Amino acid sequence: MSDFTNGFWPIFISVVVLGGIAGCLAVLFITSKSHDPAHTGQSTGHVYDEDIVEMNNPMPRWWMWMFILTCVFGLAYLALYPGLTTYSGKLGWTQIKQYEQEVKESNDKIAPIYAQYTAMATEEVAKDAKAMAIGERLFMNTCAQCHGSDAHGSRGFPNLTDNDWLGAGTPEYIKETITNGRQGMMPPMAAAVGDATEVKNVAHYVLSLSGSQHDANSAAAGKEKFAACAACHGAEGKGNPAMGAPNLTDNIWLHGAGEAAIIDRINHGKTSQMPAQASRLTPEQIHVLTAYVWGLSNGGAKQ
Amino acid sequence: MSANNIETFYDDWAIRRFTVMAVVWGVVGMLVGVIVAAQLAFPELNLGLPWTSFGRLRPLHTNAVIFAFGGSALFATSYYVVQRTSQVSLAFPTLARLTFWGYQAVIVLAAITLPLGYTSGKEYAELEWPIDLLLTVVWVMYALVFFGTVANRKIKHIYVANWFYGAFIIVVAILHLVNSAAVPSEWFRSYSAYSGAQDAMIQWWYGHNAVGFFLTAAFLGMMYYFVPKQAQRPVYSYRLSIVHFWGLIFTYMWAGPHHLHYTALPDWTQSLGMVLSLILLAPSWGGMINGMMTMSGAWHKLRDDPVLRFMIVSLSFYGMSTFEGPMMAIKTVNALSHYTDWTVGHVHSGALGWVGFVSMGSLYYLTPRLWGMKQMYSVKAIEWHFWLATIGVVLYISAMWISGVTAGLMWRAINEDGTLTYTFVESVKAMHPFYVIRMVGGLMYVSGMVIMLWNVIKTVQSGQAAEAKIPAVTAHA
Repeated sequence: MSDFTNGFWPIFISVVVLGGIAGCLAVLFITSKSHDPAHTGQSTGHVYDEDIVEMNNPMPRWWMWMFILTCVFGLAYLALYPGLTTYSGKLGWTQIKQYEQEVKESNDKIAPIYAQYTAMATEEVAKDAKAMAIGERLFMNTCAQCHGSDAHGSRGFPNLTDNDWLGAGTPEYIKETITNGRQGMMPPMAAAVGDATEVKNVAHYVLSLSGSQHDANSAAAGKEKFAACAACHGAEGKGNPAMGAPNLTDNIWLHGAGEAAIIDRINHGKTSQMPAQASRLTPEQIHVLTAYVWGLSNGGAKQ
Repeated sequence: MSANNIETFYDDWAIRRFTVMAVVWGVVGMLVGVIVAAQLAFPELNLGLPWTSFGRLRPLHTNAVIFAFGGSALFATSYYVVQRTSQVSLAFPTLARLTFWGYQAVIVLAAITLPLGYTSGKEYAELEWPIDLLLTVVWVMYALVFFGTVANRKIKHIYVANWFYGAFIIVVAILHLVNSAAVPSEWFRSYSAYSGAQDAMIQWWYGHNAVGFFLTAAFLGMMYYFVPKQAQRPVYSYRLSIVHFWGLIFTYMWAGPHHLHYTALPDWTQSLGMVLSLILLAPSWGGMINGMMTMSGAWHKLRDDPVLRFMIVSLSFYGMSTFEGPMMAIKTVNALSHYTDWTVGHVHSGALGWVGFVSMGSLYYLTPRLWGMKQMYSVKAIEWHFWLATIGVVLYISAMWISGVTAGLMWRAINEDGTLTYTFVESVKAMHPFYVIRMVGGLMYVSGMVIMLWNVIKTVQSGQAAEAKIPAVTAHA
C-alpha cells in the first residue's frame, strides 16, 4: 500500500503525527495549569504600541474540551483505520474494499431486475417497454455523452438511429462493441494514391459515388486510383462491414463531408476509438442496452 | 534616510504604496472574478478567444485576489504592525522598498502571462519558473526586513501578531520552493519535479497550506493588531494565543490530503489528512474566540463604527468556514461535497468573508493614519461598502451551498435498476439559477470595493503623507 523504500519513513511519520498530537495536548495542559486564578481578568503586563494590552484570562473550558475530544477522536480513528503508514488499522478498511463492497451490494440488488431479460433474445427485449425504459436510462448514463441524448451522434460519433452500420448491425456485433469497445483505423493513403492532384481527383471520385457535388473531370481522372481504396471500401465503394470500412455511396459522412474533409482523410487517415464498457456495466445490463441500441433503428418499443 | 530618522520615525514608504495597490488589485481581481462567474452562467461570454476563456481568466482571478490583493494587504499591514509592536523602524529600508517593486513586478508578470496561457498547471501556483524565481528573491528580502525588524525590537516580548506574520513568511517560503520545483525546458515552460500521485500530494500540501498560512495565519496576525486597536480593548487571553498558535502551526501542515479523498493517494495519507483537519477545528476557533472576546465590552461601538463591523463580520465568517472545513474533510461528507460548488462556496466564505473583510477593516484603519487624517474621507461610504459586501457574500455563499448540495445529491441519486437518476447535463441545468445569483453577489462585493477605492483616493488626496514618530518605550513591556 505505502510504497516506502526505506523502513525509516513509517516510523518517522508515525512519531511526528503521534508526537504532534501529544504536543498539542501538552501545550494545552501546561498552559492551562500555569494559570493562577487570582490573575483572571488582569493584564500580563505586556504593552505594545502604547495601548495594546494582553489579558491573563483562562482559555474557555468548552473550547479546551473540544480540543481534547477531537484529539481523542483522531487517535481512535488512527487505531481503527489505516493512517499510521504501514499499520492497516483494526477494521482492515481500504477504499478499494469499500468500492468493491458497494459495487457488489448494488449489483446484487439490481440482479433480479435484469435477470428476467437475460434468457430473452435481443429482439424480444427490444419489444418490452419496461426493458426499453431501463435501456434508455443506461444509454443516457453511458452513451449519450458521445452519441447524444437522441442517439443521432455528431461528427466522429456515429448516428445510431439510421441503420447505417460501420460493422454489422446485428445484436451480437452491437453487444461485442459495447462490451469491449471498437477501434477504427483508416491508414493514410496519399502515398498509394499519388500527388496532390491525384488525391484531389480520388476525392472527387469518392464524392461522385454518393452523388455529392463534384467535378466530373476530376472524378473521372480519379477513378483509376480509387483501386487503392477499393481494398477496404470495395470496388463500388459500398464499404465492408467485416473491416468496419464505411459505405461511401450513402451520403453519410461520419468524419465530415465535402472535398476538404475527404482529402484530409486520404492524406492523414483516421484513428478513432469507442471505449469498452465492460468495467462499468454488468453483462446483464449490457444485454438490455444492446436491445435498446438495436431497437433504435429496428423499431424497438417506445417509452 | 539619515540614521537619525531611523531612530525617530517609522518607515512607512512601502506601507503607503502597498496599501493603495491592495485596493487597486482588489478591484481588478474581484472584477475578473465576476467575469468568470458570468462566463459560468453564460458561456458565450468566453467570446471564443483563447485569452478571454474561463480556463485562462480563472487563474488570473485567483492569483489577483489571493496574491495581489491579499499579498499587498499583508505586506502593508505586516510592515506596519512589526514596526509599531516592536517600536522600531524597519530593518533594511532599501530592501523594504525593493519588495514593493519586486512584488508588483511579479503581479504584473502574472497578469500578462496567465491570459497568454503560460502556466505550470498547479492550482494557486500557476506562475512559470522565471516569475517563481523573482518571487523567491522578493520573499527572501521580505523575510530579512521582517525578521530584522523583530530582532531590532525595543520591546522584550514578541507580539502575537508577529508570531503569525513570521510563521506565514517562513512557511510560504517552504511551500513555494518545494511545490514549484520544476525542470525548465524553455522560457515560460517547465515540468514538475514530481509525478503522478506524489505530484498531486505535493500540490495539495502546498494548496491547503497556502490557505492555512497565507490566507489564515497571516490574516490572524492582522486581526491581532487591528481588532484591539480599533476596539480599544485588551487582547482577551494571552494563553489562548499560545495554544491556538502552536496547534494551528502543527495541524495545518497535515491537512492537504483531504483535497484528495477517494483518489490514487494511499489510504493512510487520506486518513491522516482527515484526522488532522478535524483536530484543526479547535486551534482555528481559538483565534476567533480571542478576537470576539477582545471586542466584548466594545459591542456598543458596532452601532456607529463600520470599520469595527468589518472586523466582527470577518471573525464570524472565519469561525463559520473553519467549522465547515473540518466537516468537509470527513470522508463521508467529502464524498458528497467533493467536485461540487460547495467547495467553491466554502473557499469564498473564507476568502470574501474572512480574508476580504479583515483586510478591508485593517486598510480602513491604516489609510487615514498613513496620510495624517483622523478618519477616512467618507465614513458614509464605508457604511455602503459594508452592506454591499455583506449582502454580496451571503448571496454568493448560499447560492453555492444550494448549487453544490443539489449537484452532489443529483450525481448520487440512483434508480432501482442501478442507473443514475439524472444525467450530468440535468445537474448543470439545476445549477444555472444559482450561478446567476452568485454572479450578482460577486457584483455587489466588487461594487463595494470600487467605493473603497474612491474613498481611499479621496483620503490620500485630502491628506498628506505624514511621518510617524516612534514613541518612547512604555515601562512594563
